[in-house]
Amino acid sequence: MATNHIIAGQVFVLPDNIDTDQIIPAEYLNLVPTIPEEYEKLGSYALAGLPEGFPRFIRHGANKTEFPILVAGRNFGCGSSREHAPIALAAAGVRALIAESYARIFFRNVVATGVFYPLESAERLRDVFQTGDQAEVNISAGQIRHVPSGRCFSLKPLGAVAPVVEAGGLFAYARKSGMIR
Amino acid sequence: MSMTITEAILARAAGQARVQPGDNVWVNVDILLTHDVCGPGTIGVFHREFGAQARVWNREKVVIIPDHYIFTADEKARRNVETLRAFVREQGLPHFYDPGTPSYQGVCHVALVERGHVRPGEVIVGTDSHTCTHGALGAFATGIGNTDAGFVMGVGKILLKVPPTLRFRIEGSVPPYLMAKDLILRIIGEIGFDGASYCAMEFAGSAVEALDIEERMTICNMAIEAGGKNGIIAPDEQAIAYVRARTNKPFEPVFGDPNAPVEREFVFNADRLEPCVAEPHVPSNYALARERANVRIDRAYIGSCTGGKLTDFLAAARILKGRRVKVPTFLVPATADVAEALIREPMDGTSLVEIFAQAGCEDIAPPSCAACLGGPPDTYGRTRDREVVISTTNRNFPGRMGSKLAPIYLASPLTVAASAVTGHITDPREFL
Repeated sequence: MATNHIIAGQVFVLPDNIDTDQIIPAEYLNLVPTIPEEYEKLGSYALAGLPEGFPRFIRHGANKTEFPILVAGRNFGCGSSREHAPIALAAAGVRALIAESYARIFFRNVVATGVFYPLESAERLRDVFQTGDQAEVNISAGQIRHVPSGRCFSLKPLGAVAPVVEAGGLFAYARKSGMIR
Repeated sequence: MSMTITEAILARAAGQARVQPGDNVWVNVDILLTHDVCGPGTIGVFHREFGAQARVWNREKVVIIPDHYIFTADEKARRNVETLRAFVREQGLPHFYDPGTPSYQGVCHVALVERGHVRPGEVIVGTDSHTCTHGALGAFATGIGNTDAGFVMGVGKILLKVPPTLRFRIEGSVPPYLMAKDLILRIIGEIGFDGASYCAMEFAGSAVEALDIEERMTICNMAIEAGGKNGIIAPDEQAIAYVRARTNKPFEPVFGDPNAPVEREFVFNADRLEPCVAEPHVPSNYALARERANVRIDRAYIGSCTGGKLTDFLAAARILKGRRVKVPTFLVPATADVAEALIREPMDGTSLVEIFAQAGCEDIAPPSCAACLGGPPDTYGRTRDREVVISTTNRNFPGRMGSKLAPIYLASPLTVAASAVTGHITDPREFL
């Protein structure tokens, strides 16, 4: 996965404890992520489980989101082990996810699939960013910039999983390290 | 340095004399579990990465238990079960519990235990977050995604970070109005929804030792609701006898050193705990049942890997025998074994099925995950609109049981049954 680029676009802001049912409701788990047209369909339902009162993540009738950057709170992705969750976000067009912390299986699924970078912020970004604000995520510099105010916030280093994410996921990593052919 | 049971199991499975928290180790897997919702995607990853002609690493170690979307007209759900059948034929897998045949079991976590696939000291991974249930028999068990599972299917190994252990000692004795569900909801309420993130949750103490195996499963099952990587209880004579009665396969239990350092120890006294609920919309929203008597309910639900075992129905029957429910009460036995026991098992001469029928409960549904996770629109017991539900299941996130507007209260089968009788949240001590 290329690290030397900047991801820019509108931010969608989420609270603490966004669970996998809110990311992709269970009724859509009949879709199989490895079937290309069902992968696309999963994207169209990304965050369809958010309670009433949230702005729409995906405009009615669209397949992709206008928000390539997610800013979330604590324990993002808690609940089920469904890999449909990171895949739905990726298929919808999410390119960067910044949470205060992740639930373990969701984080692992993001790393294993290599769909995007699971980034962590030290600060409570959702007090600064509002849905619709422009942001720039600089992966190699480990920073997110809030464009309206010009403020920059540092992101935590990936740590032990960095080699897997940088290889592009579990299988690419296992091939690179000689674990499988 | 001495090791906890979780560390000792992972060390053995990694072929190392010792491991410590934070180590990343390749571990040999003893059982890979999958089902109809994540199995087809896992198979897709397996064939995409290892090739169309690839064979699973060990046919004896792959267990496929369809359970999520079984009794539905949904075409894709039916296709997914067909995908599993085709894979089982292609690979010649011996452990497949096929819907619509006598081998069909129901909820994978209860069936995996009942059919003898869970053995002390082994490493179990499954494409379902509630795989942590199997720590109840002294195994290391954790939930994984399709990509990890596709990898395991091909090579039989998984890269795991050794988790630090949080030990929960529950001392004293469990009063007759309290169940394992009350204990684990208390723990989750105490440490919070992410209080055990990346950690092993080890349960010990006299109250845990006194629990039967199904109640131990309830405790380990909900480790994930505090973010735990695995839940585990040291295997004792009861656990070993339970496993021996269900499999001829040899196994070697692993024990931890009681002096092994743990990240943190929590101590509870079971005698002082009270029946409780988890209020919407996270399982850590702990409240005493008696303090929520003002909450009116529209339906009650007893089922799932957490609360659909025989012990759960026996508990509900203690309350419902000779009483009538005031709200629609849905009963979904976890497995075929549980369903059969409801017919066979008498309580004071009356079968559980009769007790529930006389209490005015809905007809008992065939075993599956049913409305625990919502599912397709025609799923049995799926919530509608703003119905307030009290349930023995494991999660109360918005929309978890179907309708995003339906508030879900989690509780023990005793508390659910007592609430069904009164129509509002009720402490079961009112009837015991």
